[in-house]
Amino acid sequence: MKIEGKAIKYGNDVNTDVIIPARYLNTSDPGELALHCMEDLDSKFAERIKTGDVMVAGKNFGCGSSREHAPIAIKAAGISCVIAETFSRIFYRNAINIGLPILECPDAAKEIKDGDIIAVDLDTGKIKNIESRNEYTAQPFPGFMQEIIESDGLVNYIRKSLKTSKGEK
Amino acid sequence: MGMTMTQKILAQAAGLKSVEPGQLIMADVDMVLGNDITSPVAVKEFRKMGVDKVFDINKIAIVPDHFTPNKDIKSAEQVKFIREFAREMKIVNFFEVGQMGIEHALLPEKGLVVSGVVVLGADSHTCTYGALGAFSTGGGSTDMAAAMATGKAWFKVPEAIKLILKGKPSKWVSGKDIILHIIGMIGVDGALYKSMEFTGEGLKYLSMDDRFTVANMAIEAGAKNGIFPVDEKTAAYVKEHSEKPYKVFEADEDAKYTSTYEIDLSKLKLTIAFPHLPENTKTIDEIGDVKIDQVVIGSCTNGRIEDMRIAAQILKGRKVHPDVRCIIIPATQKIWKQSMNEGLFDIFIDAGAAVSTPTCGPCLGGHMGILAKGERAVSTTNRNFVGRMGDPGSEVYLASPAVAAATAIAGKIASPDDLK
Repeated sequence: MKIEGKAIKYGNDVNTDVIIPARYLNTSDPGELALHCMEDLDSKFAERIKTGDVMVAGKNFGCGSSREHAPIAIKAAGISCVIAETFSRIFYRNAINIGLPILECPDAAKEIKDGDIIAVDLDTGKIKNIESRNEYTAQPFPGFMQEIIESDGLVNYIRKSLKTSKGEK
Repeated sequence: MGMTMTQKILAQAAGLKSVEPGQLIMADVDMVLGNDITSPVAVKEFRKMGVDKVFDINKIAIVPDHFTPNKDIKSAEQVKFIREFAREMKIVNFFEVGQMGIEHALLPEKGLVVSGVVVLGADSHTCTYGALGAFSTGGGSTDMAAAMATGKAWFKVPEAIKLILKGKPSKWVSGKDIILHIIGMIGVDGALYKSMEFTGEGLKYLSMDDRFTVANMAIEAGAKNGIFPVDEKTAAYVKEHSEKPYKVFEADEDAKYTSTYEIDLSKLKLTIAFPHLPENTKTIDEIGDVKIDQVVIGSCTNGRIEDMRIAAQILKGRKVHPDVRCIIIPATQKIWKQSMNEGLFDIFIDAGAAVSTPTCGPCLGGHMGILAKGERAVSTTNRNFVGRMGDPGSEVYLASPAVAAATAIAGKIASPDDLK
């Protein structure tokens, strides 16, 4: 899968409380969550993003709570992919489980600037900065996670494996 | 190669003789947990899996604790949705308001988590049960759904860091000061993807409540889990609260750690995390005058009976500063009743503090103590991110119950020793 979009850049330790503040967690509707995505960190976020844009951030992206509402809000807001130096582990799990593409790539995360046009090939992990022509390669996913991603998330992966195990009996 | 405590528990849960860091495993889960925010999403995902029953009605706990007693109509709808699911699935451990408590104080108290088990919770502070020598970690709602359906979860076996605690902490220094000191030292991603394994002779000075506080905040250093060895205190706690069989795991002498830290507890001072990250720590002698509008004493981090007793010890015979609202939230019904019977509520109320029914409430900016723009709170909770407790222009300072209670009286961040 290939993605091209404008980079929206943030710093280190972008936490789940700013990705989607808890005052909006009395719903799990993706569309409603998307309306408030990032608002405590970047009140102009909803205005300045276009579907397909790429979020780029520093270390420990998604730290804090386990709310799956965070990757759901980012995905529903139209972000096609998140590139960061590192991700917090629960956010990493949740993003894979719900099918939000994420790439851990410290060099790309440091060098890409806000507004750069970024092309990403999710199959190979290649990231290209169209402006600067710099190219990067993200850490590939371990095979097991690749299977979950290819199944379009954990729910479909489980459905498939439950069917298989029933078939074997 | 030797294994850490965490690695040994995971190996057993995956039916393997040994595991190595980085290995992906499918492990059996002994307890699956969710709350009123994460469970609704989990239930929706569960429905999509095409299964009609949960793997074990005794091994799932659903605790509506975040926005309960329901703060608004939407929250009430969310709890109704999961209540109906729990009834339909005949889930035994659904805790309604009245039996409810903050999940991570409630589960050990109810004996639902014991040493050596694997717990997956759709709540980041699930790591609390490491205090009991269990492997417990937070996941998301989809993880919870998958575990409810299959009784299994996938894990990447973590590397570990070793924290050797030495010496005896001085008066007022608690589990909260220890964990804030550690997070200040290693940073909010200092243990990213890793397990934090606590050891050393200093452990004997830590009560179970101290250990729950320390393990609870392992996630604030990015850790997958925090874990304590099982000693006499742990065994006594488990036997008092549970009839479940428990298992003691010990790290091998040649277990590998990516780093080792020695912490001299006797040198620690009261420690406060300044806005807006738990790693922004300062000791009490470094802070100067910080005027405070609100104090919160409670949460899964510090809402246990010892926390209530320390707060009462400091508030006794004193008055909350006229410019401060002091809100005290015992974490469970049992702790609430115990506090009442010990006369702690008389002390709190005579001092001018408010006492709330159990709820996560203000910790995450839900209800029961939201901050306006420009307001500052000292809170015994676990996070001080931008907007965590209310307006994005408010500030949260994380501290122990001792510092929080002293602050409530002084009107500015204070040590109990500063009080007249």
